[in-house]
Amino acid sequence: MNFLRAAGWIVWKDLQQERRTRQTLGSMLLFGVLVVVIFGFAFDPLRAPAEVERLFAGILWTTVLFAGLLGIGRSFAQEMSGGAWQGLLLAPVDRSAVYVGKVAVNTAFLLVVLLVAVPLFFIFLGQPAPAFPGQLALIVLLAAFGFVAIGTFLAALVHLTGLSHLLFPLILFPVTVPLLIAAVRASEAALATSPTGDVGWIGVLLVFNVVYFLVPLLLFDFLLEV
Amino acid sequence: MGQKRLDTILGVALLVTMLVALYMAFIYAPPEQTMGDLQRIMYFHVASAWNAYLAFFVVFILSIWYLRRSDPNLHRWALSSAEIGVVFTTITLLSGTLWARPVWNVWWVWEPRLTTTLILWFLYVGYLLIQQQAEGDERQARFAAIFGIIAFINVPIVHFSVVWWSHLHPWVIRPTGVQMESEMFISLLVSVAAFTLFYVFLLRRRYSLEYLRDQVALVKEELR
Repeated sequence: MNFLRAAGWIVWKDLQQERRTRQTLGSMLLFGVLVVVIFGFAFDPLRAPAEVERLFAGILWTTVLFAGLLGIGRSFAQEMSGGAWQGLLLAPVDRSAVYVGKVAVNTAFLLVVLLVAVPLFFIFLGQPAPAFPGQLALIVLLAAFGFVAIGTFLAALVHLTGLSHLLFPLILFPVTVPLLIAAVRASEAALATSPTGDVGWIGVLLVFNVVYFLVPLLLFDFLLEV
Repeated sequence: MGQKRLDTILGVALLVTMLVALYMAFIYAPPEQTMGDLQRIMYFHVASAWNAYLAFFVVFILSIWYLRRSDPNLHRWALSSAEIGVVFTTITLLSGTLWARPVWNVWWVWEPRLTTTLILWFLYVGYLLIQQQAEGDERQARFAAIFGIIAFINVPIVHFSVVWWSHLHPWVIRPTGVQMESEMFISLLVSVAAFTLFYVFLLRRRYSLEYLRDQVALVKEELR
């Protein structure tokens, strides 16, 4: 079967699963909004609006990371029951197609969640609309994809170990530190909230995306050997 | 040359070099102008840091090699190197902190090298956990190798990101920007050499340990 076709089927399968169980999207969204509210209590936009404005990009991306963690972590967990994993391994397709399909689905989920959550961020934390919304949208797109690309790969790696729930965030966060730094600094420029923002960080996001999509693509076959 | 012979020679060489390094670090090298004797931490701190990076580079190479060959020995060497690397990284971080407090008046600063080393620590602790938690020997080795590659590729990206990131802060302090007197420089080189021998020595011992462990496990299986 053609590579893209196979990836497409994976996407269709996961979307069907989501349509029937409605687990992932809803919980990611709820969690994201909840974290915003928690940050609202913690940073108190009423009493300290200037600080919140300065830290806004950081708050935003921390939330994205935690919500993304939840969703990506699930993407292989659901394959564990009913021999679904073995079925995937036995399918006569290029195994990297499974990776591409999963990345596509996870990116779609994360972007849907962000589409709702990001505006809510502005509302709950009382921030004015971004100075450069197009730039912000680009940053969100790049950072979400990069995060999902390496996240999906590492999720596949740990879901077969005994301690996946703990291990997954533990290995994902050190690897995504450059992504976090780049997303926050670039967002600051797009929001025009801080002098430390710099749109050049988008370059780092691009490098990160290229490296952390290609390397997993090459290594995924090794991951799936039974 | 027999393995035992090699280990003995290595051990003796290590002992001699380390003693010389200790002498040079504490007695031969002059105290630094502003920091005085505190600066002598550098001889151990730099040596540890260099070996940590060396250890993880070795893990990287062995991981790639393992994915191509699936030789369990390669994994044993990689695991040993990673473990020793984590120890050296811990020593680097702790000695750096001890050095920083009197000199910069803070326990920690988000300076590029420190930050990258901290991330390094997390990455390779993750490597060890993955290796430990995977079920089945072959899976342990394979998953660890895959992560060993991902982790090392991350190092230059993290380093570059953090360097750029910290330039925007108003103060960036460089601990070894000073010109070193030749005695200090030689002492440093000897110290680095001693620690590198130490790394190789530990690597061989740890590998033997891992090999023996696997042999014991095999024997246990046969006796069941």
